[in-house]
Amino acid sequence: MSALAAAAKVTKRFGQFTAVHEVDLEVAPGEIVGLLGANGAGKTTLIRMLLGLVSTSEGEVTLFGDPPSRRTRSRIGYVPQGLGLYDDLSPEENMEFTAAIFRSGSTRLPESIGPSQARELVGALPLGVQRQVAFAQALSHNPELLMLDEPTSGVGPLGRARLWETIGDAAEAGAGVLVTTHYMEEAQECGRLVIMADGRVVAEGTAAQIVGSGQVVLVEAESWAAAFGALEQAGLQVALAGRGLRVPGAEVAQVLRALGDLPANVRLVPATLEERFFELTEQASASGAAA
Amino acid sequence: MISEDMSLVSDGPGGSDRPAWGADEVCVTFGKTVALDCVSLSAVPGQVTAVVGGDGAGKSTLLRCLAGVLAPDSGVVRHPPKERTGYLPATSGIYPDLTVAENLDFRAQGYGMAKQAASERASEYLDRAGLAAASDRLAGQLSGGMRQKLAVIAAMLHHPDLIVLDEPTTGVDPVSRSGLWWLIARAAAEGCAIVLATTYLDDAERCASVLVLDSGTVLASGTAEKIIAAMPGSLRVMPTRPLSAAARSWRRAGMWRVWDPEPLDGAAGPADGQMVAPDLQDAVTVAAVASALGDAP
Repeated sequence: MSALAAAAKVTKRFGQFTAVHEVDLEVAPGEIVGLLGANGAGKTTLIRMLLGLVSTSEGEVTLFGDPPSRRTRSRIGYVPQGLGLYDDLSPEENMEFTAAIFRSGSTRLPESIGPSQARELVGALPLGVQRQVAFAQALSHNPELLMLDEPTSGVGPLGRARLWETIGDAAEAGAGVLVTTHYMEEAQECGRLVIMADGRVVAEGTAAQIVGSGQVVLVEAESWAAAFGALEQAGLQVALAGRGLRVPGAEVAQVLRALGDLPANVRLVPATLEERFFELTEQASASGAAA
Repeated sequence: MISEDMSLVSDGPGGSDRPAWGADEVCVTFGKTVALDCVSLSAVPGQVTAVVGGDGAGKSTLLRCLAGVLAPDSGVVRHPPKERTGYLPATSGIYPDLTVAENLDFRAQGYGMAKQAASERASEYLDRAGLAAASDRLAGQLSGGMRQKLAVIAAMLHHPDLIVLDEPTTGVDPVSRSGLWWLIARAAAEGCAIVLATTYLDDAERCASVLVLDSGTVLASGTAEKIIAAMPGSLRVMPTRPLSAAARSWRRAGMWRVWDPEPLDGAAGPADGQMVAPDLQDAVTVAAVASALGDAP
């Protein structure tokens, strides 16, 4: 089946600055694709090109097989980070407004939102409820493609799991989903991840494929503060990890040398997606600086 | 006020003989809304504690009590005097029309720090957090991540005994987040007790101990290992949605987790899925599921 949204060798330059460099991206029906990248990696520019809000310098973007337009954009459901609801309308009124704009679509709210909440002003409702309304609104015209920006930000553990159920149901019903997020907890919910750094795609695949067999040194010291100081002194990158310390990018021998006589248990553990993300981002900025 | 059960803490990394700060059975109500219902938390010097929950869980209310800016209706809060506390409210407490350097100068003066010491500390932190080049920029022109790093530096500049950070990583990209975490680790390594609020377990997993709040009540607390070990029942993973146990199941990483409050009897077959060992995210979700089922009529 052909892609719902596609970018083929897309480049975007702003003056001398190349924000996006020869990027390929496809979202197929039924798949949840996560787009990860630090600020300035080019995610926002890429998405704005996919939506046709910014022109490409080179390459081609299509939405549902055609160049992006008002007509193709109307087949997209979008939940921005700010949710895009009218705070001074009720959930019911927000739904009616959207249905009127799209000239179709359901005004039905999720069952979890009772009749009294449905008539309260959105601005007065808890953020978790507002998110459910925003999702219902984005899904109300049966969009073929969903675009979500940090979709479960500000939601508790169970609310987050339930929102991912809604997203998963939409994908199972055939919609393609493109998620942008800064959190690995959300990234692991995506079937496929695309990591951008310095305007390029630097990795693509499932979370497990991207992490691969990478390992990181874990230090469990009697005094973590002393170990932190010693590792810092040796110029190593140190990160807190529960009651231990992780030292990405270092060898066991280096860590042992840095720790000296400090009593500590030092071992290799599988790297996390975030650590691999960092490695890729640093490599990209190093090669960008060298170029 | 100092409570009687104030204990000396010496276990765990960074543990010391100094007393822990914290809250004991704290209750706060706003009108008819119960914001905190009998919540306790211990903030140990040299350790980072995460307060996790969604919007409206009570995180900010608890942090405001710990920072000494809100008095609870009942219960005891143990916090250092105001000048020994560093507090980053949810709205970052940075003056947008001062430069980065001016913001830190102003803070240092407010805390009565010696000029030389303050400027040395400030420049070391700015350097390590990747803000040195932005020193003369107006704070209002910084990116969200840079502004949060500045706010955390401002809260820790005077080497306080307790640092309270309300959602320091919200809206911050992973690269700035790593700079923020370096600052937090550095303050803890210097012996400071740190409490931070977050909506993501990504952050909680970095902390020595975790308190999970939901609607003002404690869903789970302790080290990650303790929270995982305390999970009642057992967990299965299935490829499709288990319709018979919808309220006890949730989607995770494209599969379905099912929580069984009681262990399954011997008749469990392949159709019931595979047992899995829970991680922190599972254990916290189970606590929320159990609480929701318990609240159901």
